Order: sequence, then C-alpha cells, then structure tokens
Amino acid sequence: MLTHSVFNPVSPQALAISNLFIFIMIVSLVIVLIIVGVLAYTCTHFRYHPGQADPPQTFGLTKLEITWTVIPFVLLVIVFAATMKTVSISAPPDDNALAGRTPDMTIVAHQWWWEVRYASGVVTANEIHIPIGKRMLVALQSADVIHSLWVPQINGKTDSVPGQTNMVYMEADRAGSYESACVEYCGDGHSRMRALVIAQPLAQYQAWERQQLATPPAPTGLAAEGAKLYQQFGCQSCHAASIGPDLTHFGSRGTLAAATLTNTPAHLDEWLHDPQAVKPGANMPNFHLSTKETRMLAAYLESLK
Amino acid sequence: MSVIPTKRPEKAPLVPDLAEPLPWLYKDDGLISWIGSTDHKQIGIMYMLTTLVFFLIGGLEALVMRLQLGAPDNHVVSPQAYDQLFTMHGTTMIFLVIMPMLIGFALYFVPLMIGANDIAYPRFNALGYWVFLFGGLLLYASFIGGGAPDAGWFAYAPLSSDFKFTSNLGMDYWGVGLLTTGVGTLGAAVNVLVTILTMRAPGMTMRRVPLFVWMTFINSILLLVAIPALNATIAMVLFDRLLHAHFFDAAAGGQPLLYQHAFWSFGHPEVYIMIFPAWGMISEIIPVFTRRPIFGYAAIAGASVAIVFLSAVVWGHHMFTAGMGHPLDVVFTISSMLIAIPTGIKVFNWTATTWGGTIQFTTPMLFVLAFLVQFTIGGVTGVMFAAFPVDWQMEDSYFVVAHFHYVLFGGTAFGLWAGTYYWFPKITGKMLSETIGKWHFWLAVVGFNLTFMVQHILGFLGMARRIETYPDLPYWHLLNLVSTVGSFVLAIAVLVFVWNIWVSLRHGEPAGNNPWHAWTLEWATTSPPGVHNFEQVPPIRGRRPLWDLSHPDNQDWQHGEGGKGI
Repeated sequence: MLTHSVFNPVSPQALAISNLFIFIMIVSLVIVLIIVGVLAYTCTHFRYHPGQADPPQTFGLTKLEITWTVIPFVLLVIVFAATMKTVSISAPPDDNALAGRTPDMTIVAHQWWWEVRYASGVVTANEIHIPIGKRMLVALQSADVIHSLWVPQINGKTDSVPGQTNMVYMEADRAGSYESACVEYCGDGHSRMRALVIAQPLAQYQAWERQQLATPPAPTGLAAEGAKLYQQFGCQSCHAASIGPDLTHFGSRGTLAAATLTNTPAHLDEWLHDPQAVKPGANMPNFHLSTKETRMLAAYLESLK
Repeated sequence: MSVIPTKRPEKAPLVPDLAEPLPWLYKDDGLISWIGSTDHKQIGIMYMLTTLVFFLIGGLEALVMRLQLGAPDNHVVSPQAYDQLFTMHGTTMIFLVIMPMLIGFALYFVPLMIGANDIAYPRFNALGYWVFLFGGLLLYASFIGGGAPDAGWFAYAPLSSDFKFTSNLGMDYWGVGLLTTGVGTLGAAVNVLVTILTMRAPGMTMRRVPLFVWMTFINSILLLVAIPALNATIAMVLFDRLLHAHFFDAAAGGQPLLYQHAFWSFGHPEVYIMIFPAWGMISEIIPVFTRRPIFGYAAIAGASVAIVFLSAVVWGHHMFTAGMGHPLDVVFTISSMLIAIPTGIKVFNWTATTWGGTIQFTTPMLFVLAFLVQFTIGGVTGVMFAAFPVDWQMEDSYFVVAHFHYVLFGGTAFGLWAGTYYWFPKITGKMLSETIGKWHFWLAVVGFNLTFMVQHILGFLGMARRIETYPDLPYWHLLNLVSTVGSFVLAIAVLVFVWNIWVSLRHGEPAGNNPWHAWTLEWATTSPPGVHNFEQVPPIRGRRPLWDLSHPDNQDWQHGEGGKGI
C-alpha cells in the first residue's frame, strides 16, 4: 500500500524525513494509547451504579501537574533534537552552500504546468529528468500565482512564489518514474497540474540530454503537412515563448497536459480538438480544428523526438 | 486629588440590576420580539439557530465535494464549482458556524454562570448579531451576484488579490462579507469581556468563575487581537483588487509572502479561538458526570493563558514550505512545539478528572469521551507539523485535512454537541431525548472516523488537498470511497441531531431547574430562565455554589480556595 508513499523514500533527504516522521508517530501513538488506556480503565472501573453516593471530592495534585508538564517537555526536546538532525540532511541549501554555484535546473511554475529549464540548455515541461545518485540543485520560480512542487518519494514540497527564488535539492538513488503534483491551490486547473520526476542511470540521462539538445528529424509525409499547420496557426507564438510548454521534443515525452494523460495520438487528438474539455481553464484556445487537421498536427508533434 | 474607592460599597446589590426591563421573547409575541430583542439569552439562541442553518449549508457543500471525490476522474461538479464549494465550506464553517456558535453559547451562559442579570451592553449585543447575520448573507449573496468566492478560505495572494486570476466578484463579496461579520464578532468579544470583568455577582472572584467563563474570557481577548489582523489583510486584498494597489503584486514591487504573514498572524490565533469555548464546555461537563470537581482548575486556566501568548507567535508554521529561511523556521518550530505542552496539560487534567469518579454515560458525557480521544489524535498530528521537515512532506496534503478535522470536528463539533445536550434543558426547559441522542452519538463517531481517518493515509500516498479530481493511483479510489461513505453516515448523524431537537422541543421531558445535579450558577434558576435571570443568587463562597448549598457540612471553601490542591 505504501510503495508510492512518503514512507518509501528514494533519496537521502526523503529517507531522513521518513525516519523522523516514523519516530514522532511512535511517540504520538504512545501518548494517544496512554490517554485511551486511562479512559478505557476509568470508564470500566469507575462506572456509576444507581444509588451510589458521590465519590470523594479531590481537586488536583500539584505533583501530577508538574509531572505531566515536565515529561512532555523532555519528549519535545528530544523531538526537536531529532528535527534539527533531519534538517541538516534534508533542508534546502542555505546561502553559504549556494555561493558560486548555479542551479542545475530552474523550474518555473505556470497556471497550470511546469516549465523545466536545465543549465545545459535543455528546455522541457512537466517531466523532470534527473541522473540517479547526483544531487541536483533546483531553483523554483513562478510566472503567476503561488504553486508548490511535491515529489513525495524524493523530497518535501517547496513553494514557487512570484518574485522569489526558492532553492531545493532533488536526488534519487533508484531509477524510476515518481509521481508529483502541484500542492498549493493555484486556480481552476490545480487538480490537473501534475508532474513526473524520471530518475535514470547517468548514461541514459546523458543520452536523453543529447537528444533534447539535438534538432529533431525533419518531418515527412503527414507530419510535414502538420508542420505547415503549426506555422499557420502561430502555435510557436505561445509554445516558444513560455506561455505554453516548449514542444521542440514533444514526441519524446511520455505524457501530455501536465502529466495527466499518456502521450498517445488518441489523447493528443482529443486535446487538440478541445483543450478546455480535457483541462478546464487551460490557456490554450480551441482552434476548432477538423479531424484531418488534428491528425496532421498530432503526426507532426509525435515526430518531434 | 480625588479619592479612589478601594473597597466595594458595604451593601452591593446581590445581582447587578437593570434600570428598566428590556424587550424579551416571552413577553411579546411574533417576529418583532425577536428583531427587537436585546435579551442576551434570546440573542444567544438566535446565534445558535443561525449557525445551525449555516452548519447544514456548509455540510451540504462538503457532501457534494465528497461525492465528486468518490471516484477518480469524476464529473459531479465542474472544477470551477468545486473551487467555490471548498472555499465556501471552509469560510462558512469557520466564520459562520464555529466562531459564532461558540459566541452564542458564551452570550447565553456567561451572565448566568457569573450570577448577572444581563450582559454589559444589551443593545450593542443585538447590533452585533444583526451585523454578523448581514455579513453572512452578504457572503452567500455572491452565489447570485456573479459567482461565489473561489480562492480558498485562506485566499492566498496573488490568486485572490488580482482580477487576472479570480475574475468573478466572489472574492469581493468574500472580503466585504468577512469584514462585516468581523465587526459583529468584535462587538460580541468586547461585550463578553466587559461582562466578565464588571458584572460578576458578589463573591464570584476570577478564581471562582466556572472554567467555561475563563475560556470565554481568554477567547474574547484573543478575538480582539486576531480579528483586526484579518481585517487589515482583507483591506489590503480589496485595495489590490478594487483600487489597483500593489501590496501583493511581485511584478510591481509587492510581496506575496506579506499576505501569508498577515493572514496567519490572524489565522493561528483563530485556530485557538475555535477550540477555547469547546474546552470550556468539556471542563464544565466532565465534573458533573463524574461527580467530582474538575482536576487542576488553576492548571487548566493557567495553561489557557499560556496558550494565548504562544498562539500569537506560532503563525509561521503555516509557511514552512514558502521559503522563509531557516532561522525563522527554527523559531516557529520551537514555539509550535511549546504550545503542545499547555494543550497536553488540559487533556491530562480532563482525563484525570474521570479517575476515581462515578461516571454516568449520558449523551453529553459520551460526546466528551469521544472528544478526548479525537482531540488528542488531532493534537499529536499537529505536533508532527511543528517538526518542519515533516511539514515539508505533509503540508497541503490530505494529512492536513485529516489533522484539522480531528481538531475542529472531532474536537470542537463534538464539544459543541456535548454542550448542546448538556444545556438544552436549561435553554428550553425540555430534555433532549437520550435514546435519539445515543443514535446520534454512535452514528457521528462512526461517520466521523470513517471519513477522516483514511484521509491520513491519502496524505501519506501523496494526495494533495483542494483537488477536484485525481488519477487512479493505487488505493486512492478505495480510500476516497471509504471517506465519502463515512461523510454520508456523518450526514445522517446530523439529521438525527436536528430530528432530536425538533422532537424534544415538542415532546421532551420537562427538565426542571437542575436535571443533571450540576453545581454552577446557571442551574440555580428556572429552565428556561426568566427575563431577569435570577430572583436571588445563592451565596458564592467557592467554585461550586450549588454543591455548597446542598452539602452544608462539606462545603468547598471549608477546604481553602477551591478545595485542596491547585
């Protein structure tokens, strides 16, 4: 049940948090069980029986008050110490650690998708590739309202705040595709603003990077027709200007519509016909394309490997 | 130089009295007696009834949301409608249900508990109610005035403050509506505070007032601190929206995080505002049904004072993910962990009160017992959020939703139900049915825990809050379905509760003055109390005047102030 949860961490950061969380939960469980246990005992042993006289009237006990002030205090000091230890492992970097280091990637949150720009020059959207074993320094920004990026198995969430850059580490020990989503309410498309973090062995990652930096193959046949339509409708005026996701290597992605649909010609067709129906509130207008036109465009986009 | 009197006059009137009688329900007939009333009891009832109606509306909004979330990729409502629903659900439950309902109880019972015949400012009190009601109606008028607010009850800027992002008029209704209810709330807070400070019957010192009065007293102070911060925040949002100011517009040099600091400096005291009076009710009810005085009166009152101070410096724990910087994160972690200590002291004292008592399992007591367990669960999950790395994982997930519903529903709402079953006989002169009450209780316990327990796990699994649809990831459908089923069981419990009120008002057993054999002053008068609360107030020489009256050989004061111990 918990394979995709915060308790199956794949990074040192998430592992430290998971351990801290489990520790605090055990302490909490003990406290809850003490309260429940005492109440269960009193409810069974101190029941009122009809005709029973009032019990002795006692008003409190100073020693007990001190006891249950001091013990929780000591427990909290221990929890605080454990917290600070976790912070030293999983906290986003502070200014000293950042001195002279440029982020490996910048993720700009938009209503309702993620723009991912690597220091290497790769620009993509919604699918964040990272090499396993490398601690990636990520800068989080926002183009409009506040968003928040959460990859439960990799790290806690960090907000994307307009006018502010928040730094965070992103790291994975195991290859895999990790579910992620925007977790700060950001408007009508909030539920459909998901992302994937794809962790790959270094060689695979480098191959992906090379592919993303290369020029995609020239379109042929139906795809060439689609390329013409793409120009004709002026798609690049948004998609090459960070208003919509960059589509240069769209065909290499596994998902579309902010990681909410698998990238298949059928889904793409559905999207091109009526973006609002697939993702209410999306900024892309409905171009009222014919089925023939959507097929041509889909062929072109899928060819952009 | 004038002489300041240092002693009370020799012959103080037994009960502070009014110069002339004020309008009152049982004297006049018809609607005018309600509209014109300045009787604190009648206005208290009006608060309670109004908030009950808003509670049903807010609950209905929650049910629609749970229906939508019952299955992945569901289409019960549109995303836009869902956003309006969760905004209105939160706003309604906080500002139009929990806060004013607790105010209603305070307005009704504080004067009775301190042996006063009315509240300090009766006409001002009536004004407060009508302003509150108008604010609530204004908020709901948004539905027909161009769309309900849809930026969440927390209304983070710039989403809320910029027409680009929230283009309907809902957020403007939200701002003006909450400013209006805020005026009413502040009025009530001032009134309760002055009443407690100046109108206590002779002998009713601050070390003798019932704990419900203590909690209400503290709550009123907290309201006076918190509500102005909210009003300032809302004013800035309205300035940004309507006058094109740039408080929160980063592109124009504004600061989005300023909103969060301002909002949560209201918002976290607000959390305690929503629980204090429920704590007061618990502190009144446990002693009566265990037949023992409250364990650690001074510890409970003192812990509450500590919470007031601490609650003003913990707001940053709502912002651990916003990038405040480590030094601030650490400061807010420390203050947030510290506040767990006085809260724990209360729970331990209530639990200790049951030890060695003779426990009567009446409906109010059952709700209290459920409160103790559920509130403790909500409390410990709260401490988890104080550890800020855990907060980075669980913030804004369904774990948070579960956490604060355990506090506000499992805690406050169950406390309010306990209070309702306990004081309904005093308010109406009729007992609520114990049989229906037990049905209500068990349905509520099962429904509540079914709805919210599984939401903890959904949080672990990565489900974000405020989403209207979700992908079919492993176990998400099942757990959401369980939660939805639970919410409908809870809804049935609420209907049973309303049915109980309806039936018991008509056919309930007559209550008599003191059906529970309780010890505080409100039980010394008739049920319902007359327009003048008391013909005569019994002598007050300790915390339990009616105990002293019926146990002349074993009066509390004979053992020192409040008996032995603290």
